[in-house]
Parts: sequence; C-alpha cells; structure tokens
Amino acid sequence: MSESNGDGILVSVQGARREFSRGNERIRVLDGVDLEVRSGEFLSLMGPSGSGKSTLLNLIGGLDRPNSGTVEVAGDRIDKLPDRKLAGWRARHVGFVFQFYNLLPVLNAARNVELPLLLTPLSKAQRKQQVETALSIVGLTDRARHYPKTLSGGEQQRVGIARAIATDPTLLLCDEPTGDLDRKAGDEILDLLDALCRDHGKTVIMVTHDPHASERADRVLHLLDGLLATEPAA
Amino acid sequence: MFRWIQQVFAVTVYSVRSVPQRFGSVAAAMFGVAGVVAVLVGVLSIAAGFRATMTAGSDEAAVIVVRSGATSELVSGLGRGDVNVVSETAGVLRDAEGELSSPELSLILNLPRRSTDNDSNVPMRGVEEEAFRVRDHLTIVQGRMFEWGRAEVIVGLGAADQFAGLDLGGTLEVAGQPWDVVGIFEADGGLEESEIWSDARLLQAVYRRGDSFQSVYAKLESPATFTSFRDELDGDPRVSVTVARRADFYAGQSTLVTGLVTGIGGLIAALMGLGAVFGALNTMYTSVSSRTREIATLRALGFGAGPVLLAVLAEAVLLAIVGGSAGAFVAWLAFDGYKAATMNLQSFSQVAFAFDVTPTLLVQGVMYATAIGFVGGFFPALRAARLPIATALRDV
Repeated sequence: MSESNGDGILVSVQGARREFSRGNERIRVLDGVDLEVRSGEFLSLMGPSGSGKSTLLNLIGGLDRPNSGTVEVAGDRIDKLPDRKLAGWRARHVGFVFQFYNLLPVLNAARNVELPLLLTPLSKAQRKQQVETALSIVGLTDRARHYPKTLSGGEQQRVGIARAIATDPTLLLCDEPTGDLDRKAGDEILDLLDALCRDHGKTVIMVTHDPHASERADRVLHLLDGLLATEPAA
Repeated sequence: MFRWIQQVFAVTVYSVRSVPQRFGSVAAAMFGVAGVVAVLVGVLSIAAGFRATMTAGSDEAAVIVVRSGATSELVSGLGRGDVNVVSETAGVLRDAEGELSSPELSLILNLPRRSTDNDSNVPMRGVEEEAFRVRDHLTIVQGRMFEWGRAEVIVGLGAADQFAGLDLGGTLEVAGQPWDVVGIFEADGGLEESEIWSDARLLQAVYRRGDSFQSVYAKLESPATFTSFRDELDGDPRVSVTVARRADFYAGQSTLVTGLVTGIGGLIAALMGLGAVFGALNTMYTSVSSRTREIATLRALGFGAGPVLLAVLAEAVLLAIVGGSAGAFVAWLAFDGYKAATMNLQSFSQVAFAFDVTPTLLVQGVMYATAIGFVGGFFPALRAARLPIATALRDV
C-alpha cells in the first residue's frame, strides 16, 4: 500500500460533515470540511473549544466516521472500512498522542509502549527491540521499568509518544499533547514532535488551542463554525 | 488467529492486573460466588453421602429377595419355606458351610437422638449365622460379637454415633426387656452401620413373629447369574417374591431423599446464584465503567472489539472460578465427612451417613461458578466492546 498519493498527499478529507445529537437537537460540528495534508508535514489545527478540532482528528484517525464526505488516509478510504478492519488499520498506520497520556496504570513504561506491538507479527525479541528504540527516541530508556504514577507529566507524555511511534506509523495524531503540561515540559514535547517530523519523516497533525504550540507547525489551520480557515476568526 | 488470541491474552492480563485497584467490589463478588458454591456443594454432599451409604458395601453378586411387590423390607414377609426355596435356587454361592443365603428380620426401635433428644426410628436387624458370611465386610471394631440365644446386640458405628443408649456396655430396651450392647461394628460405611443387630431367632420369639423373616440376602456365584437366579425364582410356583441386586434395591430406596435434597439444594443454589449473578454484573459494570478511557485507548491503538469483549468476559469468569474454587474448598473443609442421620422416607427408619463432598461435586460447583461469571460478565463485556471510542477517550 502506498504511503501517499502521487502528489505527496497523505491525508485527504473532502466535504466531511459530522453531526451529533443532544436530546432533540442536532449539532453540526463539521460542515463540509476539505483538508489535504502532505506526507512529512507538521500541521496544527486550532480553534476554540467545541469547534470540532478533535472531531476532525478522530475522523482522520478512524475513531469516528463522517455523516457525509470522504476521508482518505495513505490511500485507504477509511470512512468505508468496516469496524473490524478499521481497528487493524489504526494499528498499522496511526499513532495517537492524547492530552492526558492515556497510559495503562498497571503496566510499566515498557509494557505500555509494547501494547500496539502486540498487534503486529513481531516476535518477543523484536518487540523488545522496538520498545527500546522508541524509548530511546523519547529519551526515557532509563525509565522503562517505571510505572506511570512514578513519572512526571512530561515523562508520561514521552511514554505516550513512544507508544505512538513504536509501530513506526506514518501518521501521528496528537490531541492537545501539551494541554496538561507546564511550559517547559510542553516545549520538550513539541521539540520531540518536531524532531519526529523532521528527522524521522512522520506526518504530524496536532490539535491545540495554544498559539505557542502551533508556532512549531509548518502550517496552521483554524476551525470555526465547522469550516477550516487559514486565519483565525477576527 | 494467533495475533487475535494474543490480543485477548494481552487485554485479559491487563484486566486481571488491574483487579487490585478494584479490590473491594471484586472481593464482594467473589465472596458471593464462593457462598453460592459452598451452599450448593454442601447441600448436594448430603445427597451424595446418603446415596453412598445406601449403596456402599454391595458387590454386583449381592442380591436381596423380598415378598413380591414390597418396596422395603418392613412391608415384606417371608416364611421359612420361602427362605429355603431361595437358598436352594441355582446360582446361590455355596462354600464348605453351605449356601451364602441369609434370612433376616427387620424391626424398628424407638431411640432418642443424641443431638436433639427426639425419638427416632432406628432399624434393628435379626440375623442368623449366615449373615456374616454373606456380608464379609462387617468387622467388630469395639467389644465382641453377640452370643446366640442371649439378649445381646451389636451396633453399627453410625447408629452408635447418632443415637443415645447405644454405647458399648450400655443397655437398651427391646420388647420391654433390657438387652446389652456388647459390640460396635463397621461395614465399609454401608447401610448396616445405621442398624442394631441381634439373634433373629430370639427376636422372633420376643416379638412373637413365629418363624417369619422380612428378607433373604444372598451372594450369587457371579454377577452374571443374577438374571437366571431371578427368572428361576419368578417362575417358581412355591414362592411369590421380588428379586433385586442389593445395590439397585437400596439405590431405589434412596431416590426420594436424594431427590428431595437435590431439588431443595438446587432451588436454593439457583436463587443464590441469581443474587451472585447480579453481584458479578455490578462488579463488572463498575470495572468497565472505571476503565472506560483505558478500554477506549486500547481500542484506539487497534485492539478489536472481539478481544475486548472476550477479555472482560474472561476476567469475570476467572474471578468467578477463583471465588467458586474457594467456596468449594470451604465446603470440603466444613462438610466432608460430617456425620448426620436422616429418615429414609421409603423405609421410615433412620439412616446414619456422612456428608460426602465428592470430586464430581467440586467440579460441579466450579462449573456453576463459571456459569455465574459468564452471565455476570457478558453484558458488561458487551458494553466494553461497544464503547464509542472517540467519546470514551475523553472520559475522566
């Protein structure tokens, strides 16, 4: 399967609409969004709370489906994939980084990083090697046996990033990755994402409401009233 | 397929490792399941013990002959002529001393229970010398054998344990006369241990029974000769008798009690099991609810809905099996070998027996626990598998 089309486009969203029900009310969060992301690009999605940033990220990551429109990632129409295949697709192509890290508290850092590797045909020794590589990229080799509760917020997010890159996915989807961190720890995480994009060729799509964080991206798009714009609302 | 199993295993291990975080609710559910299994195994061990006592010590060549149509010895009646016909029928084992055929008299004595002081019907058996050759598993363990022609009795271990006045060296009243207890015997845990034995001829005299008996116990040359033995007696115009293998005869007598106990025990266990299912449901719903974001994270990483469902189900079943095994173990500790006596509703006499927690009962108990875990875990597992991932990831 190709990683991107001939134009180097890895993610293509066309006319995506997404509505949610709240009681009898229908709320349209995305109203025909068009988006293309090049392979190796660092894109930042900004917008106020409830503007649909995370919803768009979920559509691109195959965690949700649009009511209408198409979502194509790495050549796959993921809006058409059945749930069973979609889970496997996520495991192969996407790494998720969450605001609250979402580490499993009963597993140590290495075991957390190993989780997505359990979905691959790698042997135990190969998995161990991959875990060591991922932890070394995020600079946490010496914390491999530590449990999440013994790690700082910044370290937990590094473990989260190590888990996201353990299977060497093309696409990293980051939902407010610095939202729960102080400025210093947040900058370290942004440095890491930047390096993954520049040095390891990952395509990064980051949702944030922090202008400081979005400065690190190649391109910044704003979501407003369910549509994307290159400039924030006045 | 291997990777699919690996997913199930990984999520199950994660689930089980998170159990200490939910120790309170998990322990309560496991305690509930343990209680259900302990009660189930305990009650069923009564039936198993009763059945075991009724059928112990019988080999396939042992037969009993009673009057035609009689379902118990008490309602039977055979004269000396009948007894002689039975003894002389082809197929009865013979040794140097003659046929292994024992005419026996059945009576009921009224004695108080040691535990409650309430009067109970205790079976008394009048025997002749042949009885000890037919039942070679009887052993005097205390005292001595009674002397023929004297007012003496020997008492089964179970009867001595359960009823007052049957201590070695004591006396009991038989037909208004004091009879000495001179020996205690065992019979491999069989029905005879619930009985008092004495000289049949003396009992016939004091109870004015003439030369009548209730049954003939015989040992055949081999189990295979049973059919020809029965057919010959059935076709003999001199007698009108029912012939049965001894084990079958007593197994038939135990059906009412074992059916009653099993039925009541099953009903209690079913009601308690229903409660335990709700306990397991509550625990597993709480478990899924408290790990909503973690389960959604696993799903986001690519773990399938099927493995998540199976893993939650496996956790519930594992916890139930642990609880059930603990309950079965407690039942074994508490009940196995516990001695009691109950009325055999088909002979109207007391049977002393020991609760018997058999391996089969233990397995049944754990299987019941497994079923409770399965039912209690299924719906929470379904909920876990159907979690909307995007929403659940934001769960705090």
